[in-house]
Amino acid sequence: MTPGLLFDYVLGLADDALILGHRLSEWCGHAPLLEEELALGNIALDLIGTARSLYTYAGAVEARGRDEDALAYLRDVPQFGNLLLVEQPNGDFAVTIVRQFLYSAFAAPFWRGLVGSRDATLAAIATTAATETAYHLRHSREWLVRLGDGTAESRRRAQNAIDDLWMFSGEMFEPPAAALIGAGIAIDPSALRPEWDGSIDRAFAEATLERPASGYMQTGGRHGRHSEHLGHLLAEMQFLQRAYPGATW
Amino acid sequence: MGEDAAQTARFEARIAREDKIEPNDWMPEAYRRTLIRQISQHAHSEVVGMLPEGNWITRAPSLRRKASLLAKVEDEAGHGLYLYAAAETLGISREEMVGQLLAGTARYSSIFNYPTLTWGDIGAVGWLVDGAAIINQIALCRCSYGPYARAMIRICKEESFHQRQGFEIMLTLARGTPEQRAMAQDALDRWWWPSLMMFGPHDADSPHSDQSMKWKIKRQTNDELRQHFIDMTVKQAEVLGLAIPDPELAYDAASGHWQGGEIDWAEFRAVISGNGPCNRQRLKQRRAAHQQGAWVREAARAYAEKHGRHRQSTSFETRVAPAPQNEVVA
Repeated sequence: MTPGLLFDYVLGLADDALILGHRLSEWCGHAPLLEEELALGNIALDLIGTARSLYTYAGAVEARGRDEDALAYLRDVPQFGNLLLVEQPNGDFAVTIVRQFLYSAFAAPFWRGLVGSRDATLAAIATTAATETAYHLRHSREWLVRLGDGTAESRRRAQNAIDDLWMFSGEMFEPPAAALIGAGIAIDPSALRPEWDGSIDRAFAEATLERPASGYMQTGGRHGRHSEHLGHLLAEMQFLQRAYPGATW
Repeated sequence: MGEDAAQTARFEARIAREDKIEPNDWMPEAYRRTLIRQISQHAHSEVVGMLPEGNWITRAPSLRRKASLLAKVEDEAGHGLYLYAAAETLGISREEMVGQLLAGTARYSSIFNYPTLTWGDIGAVGWLVDGAAIINQIALCRCSYGPYARAMIRICKEESFHQRQGFEIMLTLARGTPEQRAMAQDALDRWWWPSLMMFGPHDADSPHSDQSMKWKIKRQTNDELRQHFIDMTVKQAEVLGLAIPDPELAYDAASGHWQGGEIDWAEFRAVISGNGPCNRQRLKQRRAAHQQGAWVREAARAYAEKHGRHRQSTSFETRVAPAPQNEVVA
């Protein structure tokens, strides 16, 4: 197995965490209630924390002297390997909650599985992330149910959000390089599918929401083919590093 | 002596012997109103204060800075929650207080009506604005009203961390490239005078000060607190190698204090009465968040009503505020 495969794997997971954390941080000061300022901000902080650990590890694996900031701030869209789902704009609160729920219902069992990785660093990062994502799942699920089974308007918004984001949910189950799975470093995400399906179906039923019939799924994020939204996110996030090259902050 | 006069005398005796007044204790109505005004303004300041700093979370220049700025702004949301809760012990609801903020009838700290234009402003806000806030708030830890004093103790611990964080941003910029140094100086130039205004008018012109001092809601005067801030900050600016934008600033050996030029009180009055760079923008942002969140709060309430009898309600549900009767239109 080449170090490049491990680097790409860790980097993709880091990008998922950073981009979703960044998106959630955009809510700061604009959330529908003060308690949600705290909840969304804390989830964002967890994700940014996970991203920092993963970037630092990816930099060490690559061994070319790139630190967490070089990896986060000095790559362009095609070099980002995050899932399309996490880069989707916040939309209204329903879009943010559905995006978080679809992702967390995957991320919670994913990190739990990766605790058993033969890669000790990944296993250690996974231990923390598993605890955190279990809370993220609980938070987003509770809101999903409240929105779905709340008012007619909240139900309509939640269903719209599901319909808009559903096509980005398949990408989570695309397997990484077989060599990584074979070596016991990565896990095969397709094995998580039954648990994810069960979580989704039970929550949607409780929320009186419908699972879209369409099986059409978009793909490309892991290979650097993104939606139009990521470029704008990076332009904003990377602005100071790009405007003042080489400065220390 | 009538019942009221007897109660007032007992109350004043308790204040004199430094007893803490608690929510269920008898208190003069004016004491209650003063505290509601002050604590709710303080809570509003925390919540509105999230906006200028939140403005830079998505552009923070490193992951470490991004995480610490986000954590800081989260702390402010938390302070807003404690303070609204402290004010609620006096018999006003959070919804009513938020309604006053959005209607423009309640005040918040005028400092947040200034814009954050560069990353240097995030350093300056932490260093100067949080620095000034701590000086005000340390005095409030000894406030006669128990819930407010206790909230302040916790808030002060976090604020002092924020102030050091801001100073450290300034120090990094001051030791950085010439462009970063200029960024730090420009931020100090813009935030110095508004920070001094945070302590309020001169003692002679401060309408509420006398009574608040007698009730030990306030423990030191505006001018005393401002002087303490100036003396402390002059030394810190020296460490940074930055120039405080006041040509008259000089050490006065007789008093042992740094004396500066006069504050532009016309600017102070203008900003406090609505004519600052961001007054309209800040309120508009708060109103927009409130209005755009109305359907979410409505959904949570509808859900809680449907399921309230069948399952234990969560803390979120019990905290969801009822919608105000009249929605404020931005």
